[in-house]
Amino acid sequence: MLQKSEIYETVRMIEEQNLDVRTVTLALSLFDCIGSDKKKTAQNVYEKICQKAGRLVETAEAVAATYGIPIVNKRVSVSPVSLIGAASGGYLELAAAMDRAAKAVGIDFIGGYSALLQKGVTAYEAAFLDTLPEALSKTDKVCGSVNVASSKTGINMDAVARMGVIVKELARLTAGADGFGCAKLVIFCNAVEDNPFMAGAFTGPGEGDAVVNVGVSGPGVVLEAIKKHRGAGLDVIAEVIKKTAFKITRVGQLIAAETAGRLGASFGIVDLSLAPTPKVGDSVAHILEEMGVGTVGGVGTTACLAILNDAVKKGGVMASSSVGGLSGAFIPVSEDAGMIDAVRAGALSLDKLEAMTSVCSVGLDMIAVPGDTSAAALSALIADECAIGMINNKTTAVRVIPAPGKGVGDSVTFGGLFGTAPVMAIKDFGAQALIDRGGRIPAPIHSLKN
Amino acid sequence: MKGIVTVIGKDKVGIIAKVTGLLSGMNLNVEDITQTVMQEFFMMMMLLSLPDDADMKAISEKLDETGRALGVHIRIQHEDIFNAMHRI
Repeated sequence: MLQKSEIYETVRMIEEQNLDVRTVTLALSLFDCIGSDKKKTAQNVYEKICQKAGRLVETAEAVAATYGIPIVNKRVSVSPVSLIGAASGGYLELAAAMDRAAKAVGIDFIGGYSALLQKGVTAYEAAFLDTLPEALSKTDKVCGSVNVASSKTGINMDAVARMGVIVKELARLTAGADGFGCAKLVIFCNAVEDNPFMAGAFTGPGEGDAVVNVGVSGPGVVLEAIKKHRGAGLDVIAEVIKKTAFKITRVGQLIAAETAGRLGASFGIVDLSLAPTPKVGDSVAHILEEMGVGTVGGVGTTACLAILNDAVKKGGVMASSSVGGLSGAFIPVSEDAGMIDAVRAGALSLDKLEAMTSVCSVGLDMIAVPGDTSAAALSALIADECAIGMINNKTTAVRVIPAPGKGVGDSVTFGGLFGTAPVMAIKDFGAQALIDRGGRIPAPIHSLKN
Repeated sequence: MKGIVTVIGKDKVGIIAKVTGLLSGMNLNVEDITQTVMQEFFMMMMLLSLPDDADMKAISEKLDETGRALGVHIRIQHEDIFNAMHRI
């Protein structure tokens, strides 16, 4: 029998601590859409998305009403488009078809304008890369990602060099919106194939045909839970986070299974990520500060983040029959009120963020740098982040916005969940010679496990 | 299925009457009810039996409307969300 206190605890989590399901993402395979010419492929893609995701929004809303828990985003992820258009071409037509379909079914975003280039770039993938800036700047709902490295293959530095140029071009094409196009592009090392979060979601070639992946959230719930234990040992705090993560994840599991059932799709995974929003009381930074760091970015931040990230996984893993995606704490600067304040206070630097990404998911996320940052410097930043992911067998990512016409001290505002990013200093003492070398950084010795 | 209605807010005359009146108007049966007032703070919990195909969105909207008129928060949730969170 349920206790009154348990019922009120759940209600308070939802009403006061911003507990929500951050995203219900329907992962679709598009391989059966490949047609004999580009028009046919694009038409098949449009029809499949409309057919399979046509009831996604209404179903998610009905599930949200049944359980009384908000589902913030309804999204679709698709197979890497670089592969879908490999034979028939017409990448821009595919992006347009995805955008039209996303609008027709009423979803928030569609991810998968993606390529997997960790070892090499084929001719069709090179053609795909050429379309990336235009595709992401001319569509509203389409998100893209490119995997340029993995622990198994090393880092494809030719692809890394290309991505620096693409990010710059995307910023230029969306200069009127503070370079917002860059917020829709993620560059990965060890990209996961069942990630429900944008902008990096795509449906891996090894996934099923229509699969529901869910991302939970709840930094506010974790914050309130640890506030009750001021002065307690960090082992106690880790236990509190574990128990809270368990409860949050159980909600994600319930919603994922129910939505999949009602849609006639399979249940994929629950992503155990703590994803912040710019709202007050929904910040990962504030959790670290409650643990005892004066301002996030100061000494002690990495240790606290390591505890948080590990405890979230340990609590969540027993709560779901299938855990996947990125699963960890997110530290997107523009989307976290505490991170924004810390940058403005001079406490949080790009260097410290890089250190933090070695102990959490995912990477340098939603970071604005000066608009005159060179493509080579952006590529070198991407290479550094890939090195952390490659050596530590974890996913790392870069979603960076070289803010057009802006310098350190300025801000870019994207609104909604994308928030506001203060422009951060990047230490560029010249990396052109490094990037010009190209080639591949070999995989680390510990990748040889067979 | 079982639904749990929670009513939380500042106490005033007639909250229970209004909420139960609304539920009976929708032909929903209350199986259990507990209610307390702590420092003028009204808290009520009701266990309802609902048909499996109940339109939770419509019920929730009606409760929300009544809640706004009374100045309290009213939610209805399938009991499984509480079972999922608090029971292994």
